[in-house]
Amino acid sequence: MSVAAQTSGGDTRPVPEDHVRLTIDGREVDAPKGELIIRTCERLGIIVPRFCDHPLLDPVAACRQCLVEVEMGGRPMPKPQPSCAVTVADGMVVKTQHTSAVADKAQQGVMELLLINHPLDCPICDKGGECPLQNQALSNGRADSRFVDTKRTFAKPIAISSQVLLDRERCVLCARCTRFSEQIAGDAFIDMLERGPGQQVGVAADKPFQSYFSGNTIQICPVGALTSAAYRFRSRPFDLVSTRGVCEHCASGCAIRTDWRRGIVLRRLAGHDPQVNQEWNCDKGRFAFVYATANDRITQPLVRESIGGDLKPASWTEALETAAQGLLGAKNTGVGVLPGGRLTMEDAYAYAKFARVALGTNDIDFRARPHSAEELDFLAAHVVGVTPDNGGVTYDELSAAPAVLCVAFEPEEESPIVYLRLRRAARDRGMRVWHLGQFTTPAVRRTFGTLLRVLPGSEPEALDALEPEVREALSKQGAVLLVGERAAEVPGLYTAVARVAADTGARLAWVPRRAGERGALEAGAVPTLLPGGRLVTDDVARAEVERAWGVTLPSRPGRDTAGILAAAAAGQLGGLVIGGVDPFDLPDPRLAEQALSRARFVLSLEMRPSAVTQAADVVLPIVPPVEKSGSYLDWEGRRREFGTTIRSVTASVPDCRVLDSLGIEMDVDLFTQTPAAAWAGYTALGTYRNIKRDTSRHTGRQVPGKDTVPEVGEGRVLLATWRRLLDNGSMQVGEPHLAATARPAVALLSETTAADLGVDLGGRVTVSTQRGSITLPVAAADLPPGVVWLPGNSGPATVRRSLGVGHGAVVTVRSGNGGSSKTAWGRHS
Amino acid sequence: MTERTLTPVLTRRWAAPKSWTIDTYTRLDGYTALRTALAADPDRLIQLIKDSGLRGRGGAGFPTGMKWGFIPQAKPGEQPTGPAAKPTYLVINADEGEPGTCKDVPLMMADPHSLVEGCIITAYAIRAHRCFIYVRGEVVHCLRRVHNAVNEAYAAGYLGKNILGSGFDLDIVVHAGAGAYEAGEETALLNSLEGFRAEPRLKPPFPATSGLYAAPTVVNNVETICTVPYIVNGGSEWFRMMGREKSPGPKIYSISGHVQRPGQYEAPLGTTLRELLELAGGTKGELKFWTPGGSSTPLLTAKHLDVPLDFEGAAEAGSMLGTTAVMVFNTTVSVPWAVMKWTEFYEHESCGKCTPCREGTYWLTQILQRMVRKEGTPSDVETMLDVCDNIFGRSFCALGDGAVSPIRSGIKYFRQEFLDLCAQQPGQHKQAVLSGSAR
Repeated sequence: MSVAAQTSGGDTRPVPEDHVRLTIDGREVDAPKGELIIRTCERLGIIVPRFCDHPLLDPVAACRQCLVEVEMGGRPMPKPQPSCAVTVADGMVVKTQHTSAVADKAQQGVMELLLINHPLDCPICDKGGECPLQNQALSNGRADSRFVDTKRTFAKPIAISSQVLLDRERCVLCARCTRFSEQIAGDAFIDMLERGPGQQVGVAADKPFQSYFSGNTIQICPVGALTSAAYRFRSRPFDLVSTRGVCEHCASGCAIRTDWRRGIVLRRLAGHDPQVNQEWNCDKGRFAFVYATANDRITQPLVRESIGGDLKPASWTEALETAAQGLLGAKNTGVGVLPGGRLTMEDAYAYAKFARVALGTNDIDFRARPHSAEELDFLAAHVVGVTPDNGGVTYDELSAAPAVLCVAFEPEEESPIVYLRLRRAARDRGMRVWHLGQFTTPAVRRTFGTLLRVLPGSEPEALDALEPEVREALSKQGAVLLVGERAAEVPGLYTAVARVAADTGARLAWVPRRAGERGALEAGAVPTLLPGGRLVTDDVARAEVERAWGVTLPSRPGRDTAGILAAAAAGQLGGLVIGGVDPFDLPDPRLAEQALSRARFVLSLEMRPSAVTQAADVVLPIVPPVEKSGSYLDWEGRRREFGTTIRSVTASVPDCRVLDSLGIEMDVDLFTQTPAAAWAGYTALGTYRNIKRDTSRHTGRQVPGKDTVPEVGEGRVLLATWRRLLDNGSMQVGEPHLAATARPAVALLSETTAADLGVDLGGRVTVSTQRGSITLPVAAADLPPGVVWLPGNSGPATVRRSLGVGHGAVVTVRSGNGGSSKTAWGRHS
Repeated sequence: MTERTLTPVLTRRWAAPKSWTIDTYTRLDGYTALRTALAADPDRLIQLIKDSGLRGRGGAGFPTGMKWGFIPQAKPGEQPTGPAAKPTYLVINADEGEPGTCKDVPLMMADPHSLVEGCIITAYAIRAHRCFIYVRGEVVHCLRRVHNAVNEAYAAGYLGKNILGSGFDLDIVVHAGAGAYEAGEETALLNSLEGFRAEPRLKPPFPATSGLYAAPTVVNNVETICTVPYIVNGGSEWFRMMGREKSPGPKIYSISGHVQRPGQYEAPLGTTLRELLELAGGTKGELKFWTPGGSSTPLLTAKHLDVPLDFEGAAEAGSMLGTTAVMVFNTTVSVPWAVMKWTEFYEHESCGKCTPCREGTYWLTQILQRMVRKEGTPSDVETMLDVCDNIFGRSFCALGDGAVSPIRSGIKYFRQEFLDLCAQQPGQHKQAVLSGSAR
């Protein structure tokens, strides 16, 4: 965009193509066709006051605060025009409040009208100090009000959800929140009610503002009408320190702003990054941060006493010594490393190096979730090393794609910002979106998408038999195939995905759920890859790492997570090093428990107690992301670097520092004392030049190693399941207002299946396997016959933990409570 | 005089027995224009209406033929693209709600088939196959008449598929509004028809390209459409014989208030109040002030008795023709009181979308109520004028402009009456500061 602003006097240069030349406050400016006057003014540094205008929302011209004088073809328009809704034109002359008495008076008049009913409660208002109304009343308002009559009053505030509170007296009815809900989030839980001076924002009586994106409305509210239950009355904006950061919750990679005071985080806001999250984030990213200050934080090293067997606080020296001895003792039989999927890239690199250098093993796998060897092959062939700089799919390219197919990926639940992009592109440009799934989820509707309904487990066959229309759309230039990490739960699915991409030319992107997975892959925290996408089995690639690290590396691929656990459970591994892993997230939690109890030495690097803690011999305290620096790779492969927000006041340190110190105790140097050092070590290696894109395994037609449809009937149905955005995750603890906006934990059945099973929709069902059962309310959905859907980890529905199975398994469904034993459920990530 | 002034065109069947039935209508030349129209080229019909100079009867006076001509039509033999590829809709604004206005409802009550026939001809001209008549929901009796007329027309083959063997199809949907004045604004009406709040839409895009369901749409007033069959039958020259150069044709003036015989009087555009009062048997008492076209048009006084009531004449007198709802008030009526009542109406009917109208009417109502309670001050008059200035031309749609018309014109002609109320204030004016805001 050109900002060729001249002082008046007639620029003789030709107007650039697709631009117009106009005059604003006497300055000539070229602006792209279709630009709104208010945006052109901004580029000139002329700020026209506004409330309803928001660059990411459709213009509405409701508040009338941005009125300016406009002249077209030498003739002034009879009325002042809203600069937020009128586009620039050639030869247009705009006079803002700076050069037009009419515009200035119009703005002052509107401001006075906005204030007649606005309460004078700025001193107690959360927005006070960062309030556009306050600021613009000072810059563009009258010094005093002539209003002496009765102000409009409302009860204040009303909770439109457990998290969002509405103070209608303060509302200026700019409709930013309602337009955000309708246009951006697509879940119009809130709307305008009543009319005239009685107009107000509201919710339906039985439907609270249960949006995953509700927090954004608080952020874009230009007054203090919307506040959050979590932050209300907690602080004044001018007492806060704002630090830029990156959200640690998912692989969307949102820029965030963390506002803190005296070492305590008081709130988080969406940061501004046009290439990634624009100005939005999800409620989890906004509100789920108190886990870092939970009461049960592990703040010092713990060592299990040889007598009594209790974990006792210890010094770092003692704990590191004990850990080093334990690992060195176990090294001969082998030590497996499970770093988890929530690490920064720097920490993941430290784990990857620690496993190879200190433990001499490739037994390392970040995947604390259902996984497969097929997945590793897929990641090595199609994902590792791909970034926006070398041809990877980006958010902007996703927004520009003609068509998108989502496979094993529920965007609203698993990567909310990807969902917002899909919705926007579908709404604004008519992008076609297909979802390969089991039922019409909100995201299918809100992306104006088409559901390709398949039985859970039959996704590969469905991909092979895609309708010509879908294939044709995917063959268009720029079409994208998004695949989620859940593809690992269905044998053959990754292969089928790769095949469709190869056949149609669609671009592939892998969207994991956790923030650290993509970085851990690049850092080499997997059994088959060294840092930078170097195959363990590639002699040249391995030699590069050996040279850099000054060690000899094992040339055979290691065990994956399941292999490590199975080996440990069988007594074949002497030790385990476990990062942020919750055993109940693992494919077989029971196997994980056995592995933890059988392994002779278990080292846990944790922030808060988990099921691993109970089995750990040494627990070393690590810091949450807010207390360290580092970077995540988002799903695009884009590096999202962040600095330390708050200095830790505990003995906790980053994982990379723990491993570095531990390495020294074990007589090896990792050079990962700080995240910066770890990053330097990683970049010294860099991404491998000759990443072996071994796609051979993904071209042939692979028949899944099972009959397509397991035996169903007699109350036996197929299980479809995935996780919700807001669930029992351990990083959402301590935020009851957020938790109460989670979607209800219900099982879903189609009406015919419910009838076949004798299940009363609206009642309760018990879903069980030999291992256990889950009892939940049941509702109807357009699932295929013979399928039950359960949320993966919501309320009592802890699928892996309670049932020991996942997506595509055969389960039994009975009506009612089914005499189920109490299903224990806890919070885990 | 009387004989010469009245031009019963639209109203000529009103006195016939059971005038609302299809039998009466067809007996009195009904549906003859339709046959002529269906045999003609649609573009010729649009040209005919353009030539006739017919202007919208809903208040704004936009040339009807020009409005029809804005509908994008595919060129013969070409594949339509853009808006031309979408269906075209005809929407009839029968949401008559302007205070004092009473012409569309009687027209639909007495002669609903002229509306139906006008709809068919108009739809044929603009190539629409679906027409919606948005009737004010409160007038249930009128709604029934229109419903019945549409049913009769279907039964007689004037609606539905292949009308009179012409190959032209048209369906009419009669829709009941839910009682919002704002729904009379054409884009708010479209929103309401689509099931949304009756709030005006941002223009552009204009309804001609992106109206109902984002498709090309013509929105016309009932009286406008009822006039169409007569023009088809009589020709544009005949039509131009009535009225004035820029405002031709007959017009239904609805006269109410302090007159001997209130009611609907159809007369050529340009008729003066003096002539209308003669028709209505004169005033009751002495004329004090009057509105030429509903409460949204600035009020006029006895000085304006000879203003020709057409679009130009009313504008020259500092007012507007509006809906030709002539409300007549004699000297017993207090101007501040009447203005207060009107302002209360606008406050109640403001849709709330834009700040000036929503907050301005709220404020002005309180000031006027205070003045009528004799608690006003002379500075309130100045404040009101300035607030009106901040509303007029600053609000989203014309409702805000209309809302300040009675206040500005009331103060313009009767400022002393407002000041007199202040002077009658009992005792010292108590400083009203914080009286309400501290609640």
